[in-house]
Amino acid sequence: MGMWTKQATERTRRLNAAAPLTDGKIVAKDNVTALLERIICSEDRVCLEGDNQKQADFLASCLTEVDPGLIHDLHIVQSGLVLSEHLDLFRLGIARKLDFSYSGPQSAAIARALDQGKIELGAIHTYIELFARYYIDLTPNVALIAAVCADREGNLYTGPNTEDTPTIVEATAYKSGIVVAQVNKIVDRVPRVDIPADQIDFIVEAPRPFYVEPLFTRDPGAVTDTQVFMAMMALKGIYAEYRPKRLNHGIGFSTAAIELLLPTYGEELGLRGDVATHWALNPHPTLIPAIESGWVQQIHCFGSEVGMDAYMSARPDVYFTGKDGTLRSNRLLCQNAGLYACDMFIGSTLQIDLAGNSSTVTPDRIAGFGGAPNMGSDAHGRRHTSDAWLKAGREAAGAEGPLVRGRKLVVQMVETFGDGMKPAFVEELDSIALARKLNMPLAPVMIFGDDVTHIVTEEGIANLLLCRSSDDIEQAIRGVAGYTPVGMARDHAKVAALRARGIIRRPEDLGIDPLQANRNLLAARSIRDLVTWSDGLYAPPSKFRNW
Amino acid sequence: MEKFTISTRAQRPLPGTTKQAILGVVASGNLELLFERIGGDAVEIDVLTASTGYRAVWEAVIHDFVERTSPGGVRITIHDNGARPDTVMLRLMQGTKMLEMPS
Repeated sequence: MGMWTKQATERTRRLNAAAPLTDGKIVAKDNVTALLERIICSEDRVCLEGDNQKQADFLASCLTEVDPGLIHDLHIVQSGLVLSEHLDLFRLGIARKLDFSYSGPQSAAIARALDQGKIELGAIHTYIELFARYYIDLTPNVALIAAVCADREGNLYTGPNTEDTPTIVEATAYKSGIVVAQVNKIVDRVPRVDIPADQIDFIVEAPRPFYVEPLFTRDPGAVTDTQVFMAMMALKGIYAEYRPKRLNHGIGFSTAAIELLLPTYGEELGLRGDVATHWALNPHPTLIPAIESGWVQQIHCFGSEVGMDAYMSARPDVYFTGKDGTLRSNRLLCQNAGLYACDMFIGSTLQIDLAGNSSTVTPDRIAGFGGAPNMGSDAHGRRHTSDAWLKAGREAAGAEGPLVRGRKLVVQMVETFGDGMKPAFVEELDSIALARKLNMPLAPVMIFGDDVTHIVTEEGIANLLLCRSSDDIEQAIRGVAGYTPVGMARDHAKVAALRARGIIRRPEDLGIDPLQANRNLLAARSIRDLVTWSDGLYAPPSKFRNW
Repeated sequence: MEKFTISTRAQRPLPGTTKQAILGVVASGNLELLFERIGGDAVEIDVLTASTGYRAVWEAVIHDFVERTSPGGVRITIHDNGARPDTVMLRLMQGTKMLEMPS
């Protein structure tokens, strides 16, 4: 008897051990480390909520203070490993094994820790891939999460940055795990219930509000003429040709330039209402001019963005909002939307090889993947059609008919030289050397070449859908690789032949006037212009204010 | 600092009647260019650059530029402050367009 309820029995044992430290579900902040020592056991799988933006930073610092003699060898399963405390867990021996998605600011520290053998790496995942494993073989025993506020029953309001929370809590709470939430404030009544109380075991009022990283704010003042030029090529050579209505943009300056050209150059091309109307997108401030000019019908968000809350609350026709009036984001659902319901992904990368594989890994940095591999991949389970999807599929197949499936447009925008004149086009990705060094069975690749449909550089557009051989692909890539060593080594006759076939298109082939490639074409040329476009509703973080 | 001249010929004289154009600025990562008509199909480009050792890249950029726009009868004087090759190409194409405009 009882052989089927070991997990529930263990949960009860831990809750009973913790009971003397709590007042119902409420835990005083000074008791949190002691609480964690009673509800966590060595070798547990723990999710210490670190999302792309929102961080359970108080619980993270408490977890670093537990006695490593008591709690060790934890298996950390969380999407973002971005705080120094996250790395401290491994340095102190509290945690040993890691499965994650994205590391951003800790990318160099993770590479060092892996090299020193402090971390046993399971895998680097995409977001929805890790979330999927929460329900199969990486279910957390304990989840330590963050919310804006809680009532005394434990109902949580996660606010605009809901992000990963519902996904983490669902996996933990319904598998006899324990969920602890840090909140900015305990209140009598929450503005809306994002997580119901019966999924929450403990709440603690943190000494300061949880940290949120502004990740998606690109200052229009830093967009260059070259990025305007590339954005014009993308709009005329891809948006106007395929007319994708549903799309996702990456976070680089090239796509920010496209957003800022929609109301000007996009309008000139007559695309408003016909292109880029429905988005899976974080709240990019640079999209405000296009929204205000009537381009955008609706946007679903992975997370929020610092300073955008009041603007989004005032535009509920565009954004998903709760009955309380604030944004509701959800990373799992938005990633799924980007995978299955978008016709185009367009984003930047750091390195591309001769087969079109791309990576953001450099020898001493492991930034992880986040969502780009899913946004930038063709979903083979997709069965609904759209004109853009079918056109891309016909180009890839070189045929049409009832069995010719469509293709998602996956566009990489790359300036041929990156920071410090480092060529973006390479014979071999740095991630292959890294995989060799760390004995990884699979090199980290952000987007595999067989998913890429177009590459846009200052030199033109390479359409890989129309390529019929690996030699076509190699020369098409060399043919837009500019004056990098890879570009200089092109076969000029083959590149000319690809241009005649329409596989390579130069700005002059697209009828783009280089004189228009000027910052004056941007709908907003500064953060302040964005504030003006938003009717004063956008409140940029102070580091972006210079007036 | 490096200074050199590249002389070549274009397939055709550049159309249009504007005699002179100036664009860009000598700022980090950017460059200033002066375009002047000298007649015929010759192309003369004087480069004064802050970065040394890139002559082969300059020659490749200028070769492609002449092929793409055929700027016959034009002298171009460049003051470069470490602009990337793609920026150089964009500015060269912009200057040519300015000369092609009716004066």
